[in-house]
Amino acid sequence: MWLKDSSIGRKFVMSISGLALVLFLLFHGCMNLVLVFSEKWYNIICETLGANWYALIGTIGLAFLVLVHFCYAIYLTIQNRAARGNDRYAISGKKEGVEWESENMLVLGIIVIGFLVLHLYNFWFKMQLAEITGGATAPLEDAANGAKYVIALFTTPVCGQIYCVLYLIWLCALWLHLNHGVWSALHTLGWNNLVWQKRIKVIGTIVATLVVLPFLIVVCYYFGVGVGMLC
Amino acid sequence: MDQYIDIKVRVWRQAGPKAQGHFETYELKHVFQGASFLEMIDILNEQLVAEHKDPVTYDHDCREGICGMCSMYVNGHPHGPDSAITTCQLHMRKFHDGETITVEPWRSRAFPVIKDLMVDRGAYDKIMQAGGFVSVNTGGVPDANAIPIPKPVADEAMDAASCIGCGACAAACKNGSAMLFVSAKVSQLALLPQGKIEAAARAKAMVAKMDELGFGNCTNTGACAAECPKSVSLANIARLNREFICAKFKD
Repeated sequence: MWLKDSSIGRKFVMSISGLALVLFLLFHGCMNLVLVFSEKWYNIICETLGANWYALIGTIGLAFLVLVHFCYAIYLTIQNRAARGNDRYAISGKKEGVEWESENMLVLGIIVIGFLVLHLYNFWFKMQLAEITGGATAPLEDAANGAKYVIALFTTPVCGQIYCVLYLIWLCALWLHLNHGVWSALHTLGWNNLVWQKRIKVIGTIVATLVVLPFLIVVCYYFGVGVGMLC
Repeated sequence: MDQYIDIKVRVWRQAGPKAQGHFETYELKHVFQGASFLEMIDILNEQLVAEHKDPVTYDHDCREGICGMCSMYVNGHPHGPDSAITTCQLHMRKFHDGETITVEPWRSRAFPVIKDLMVDRGAYDKIMQAGGFVSVNTGGVPDANAIPIPKPVADEAMDAASCIGCGACAAACKNGSAMLFVSAKVSQLALLPQGKIEAAARAKAMVAKMDELGFGNCTNTGACAAECPKSVSLANIARLNREFICAKFKD
């Protein structure tokens, strides 16, 4: 199977799974932004995406994508480390034009996935999983009350502000990961040439920013609200 | 103006493919900055021979930047700190008085060290043998103008063909990937009408050989293109990906 046995095949899987996750994040971000404008409408979205068959299929699909992306990343990194040979260079100079994030994608990915676990515990655990398990993980009546959970997490004095900072670190890591990941994925799919070389890097940065911005707005908004409550 | 400088050269010494390597530091006095880097190593070797020591083994041939034999990692860069040149075109004026210059061989699983700075780059030849050619029956040579080729396409093919197969791309890559080399060799043929016929088979065969020989997976960091002595473009890698993925989907 060329998707497993050839280097370009493996990169192809990384690109497709990565881009699919970017699309999900764009959707997730837009959804979050609703909260800043209306708690009621946000909860209606939470309700729609509860433990319904389509939301569950979506969740399973996402879990599969994350798993594939993560496993392939580990597999590729092990192979790449081995390909460097036994001896490392005594001096490895700075290569011009090589982005820091492109050399640290695995580290950034692990940071992203680490915070993802925390994030799932903060929200998914209390919402969709609570519905699936019939209220075993959190009270059922609040399962679709996403607004309550978000506001509680980010505005509770001190603890909320710490969470805001943690989420900001997460978003920074995500932006760096996508700043290389998006253009690199397009490049791996073959969508690049001499003319588009600079353009797809700019497109990558724009997409990374568009993905992170809605999340950032929500976190900053509730940081402001939380600090306001402190004063 | 070029002057005479005193330097220290910290060189990787390794007696053979299986031997344990180590760094050795040699002092060189009164080296003219107008000398090329390889001439400096020649001076060092003369000094070593005079001291009845084993001279430093290194690859070199044309000494005019077209053969790709001189392969060494100088101060953390393949072909040294200057850009778009091979080691033989690097001159001592790039270094200053009292400097310690670290010289290492290419380090990659697919390029095992033979001795000191000399590595076995036969892996690149094997990739070429797998598909880096156009099958043409012998006979009369057709007129060069018989097949019209647009100038931009011809230029891009020529730029890809400027790859000298020195191995700096795989040596500089944190993943030990040979994608820039393979993509240049695929591109120089895939762009031209004569090479298009076998393009799909070529891409598959060369990538399969590259993977088999233990090169790593490309993650598009761009270190290869940054260090390439011939400034071969990363865009070639996208073309190779395109050719390969399309070929696999057609199967």
